[in-house]
Amino acid sequence: MRSSASTRRRWFARLTLAAAAVAWATASLAVDNTPPLPDPAMQQRYLGLTHEFRCMQCQNEALADSNVSLAGDLRMQVHDLLLAGKTDDQIRDYMVARYGEFILFRPRMNLHNAWLWAAPGVLLLAGLGIAVRVMKQRARLPIDDEEPPDTPPRA
Amino acid sequence: MKRFVVPLGAFALLVIVLAVGIFNAPRNGSKVIVSPLLGKPAPAFTLPKLIDVGQQLDAGVLRGGWHLVNIWGTWCGECRAEHETLLQIKREGRVPIVGIDWKDDDAAATTWLSQLGNPYETVAADRDGRVAIDWGVYGAPESFLVDPRGIVVEKQTGGMTMEDWQKKFLPHLGTGSAAGSKAGA
Repeated sequence: MRSSASTRRRWFARLTLAAAAVAWATASLAVDNTPPLPDPAMQQRYLGLTHEFRCMQCQNEALADSNVSLAGDLRMQVHDLLLAGKTDDQIRDYMVARYGEFILFRPRMNLHNAWLWAAPGVLLLAGLGIAVRVMKQRARLPIDDEEPPDTPPRA
Repeated sequence: MKRFVVPLGAFALLVIVLAVGIFNAPRNGSKVIVSPLLGKPAPAFTLPKLIDVGQQLDAGVLRGGWHLVNIWGTWCGECRAEHETLLQIKREGRVPIVGIDWKDDDAAATTWLSQLGNPYETVAADRDGRVAIDWGVYGAPESFLVDPRGIVVEKQTGGMTMEDWQKKFLPHLGTGSAAGSKAGA
């Protein structure tokens, strides 16, 4: 009985190890097969950019993580634009001009969404204003919630 | 009673803002994205022609008349479903269709056209998909209506039906007769 339990436990450990190995192996299978850029700093920028663009076909995936053919083409485009000496902002503009703001995971501030950025500050100020007014009003009220003077002392 | 005016007003305002947001939200999720190309000049391109091998097709053909630019591929199932609509548009004769065969095998594309019928006035082969990127294409088929000045005025993402064509595209053309074109096959 005891030996069979330990055998089972050992088998369980082996299985866990095997599963971990498989998981690790799949994780290390890269989706991105765009040739690396010659300059490590440029490669870093490449990784940053491909992670901040949306894959337009599978809209919750980044360009970097998608194995769709179009994502591969767009990664290659980012690669080539970097090699051509474009700045990150120029590459963002390039993508937005073709696919719209939707391709950016981090939307940029513009006239249409400026109110969204301003709203928290405006609401906070409005709230503070209301709080100050209420506190001032309360301070002017007579203090009428004191215990009446004829209450017998507590035991 | 007066003390409720401000909170109730604020609440009503919030309801209005949220209602506008909900009713303006795209139907069926957010699959269709408005193309930034609408109202802008059609992207320039020079591509080899598919059928007339050795000849080039230049975006200049889009000038001087209305054109429907259709991006398709034989690997694309919805393109097959759309094909009948394109043939019907061709028969209607109001707008010539310029095809861009996206990342496709030339032989497969030629066979497709000879078997299913060729709705295109001319077809270019975008073998590496660079031109499709310039057009902001993210899922074939996609169709763009280009006016005589070369401005993109309408776009269909996904397969076009005759209803889409009549409701979304034809109104742009007005009631004039067949739009001329000098694209040549």
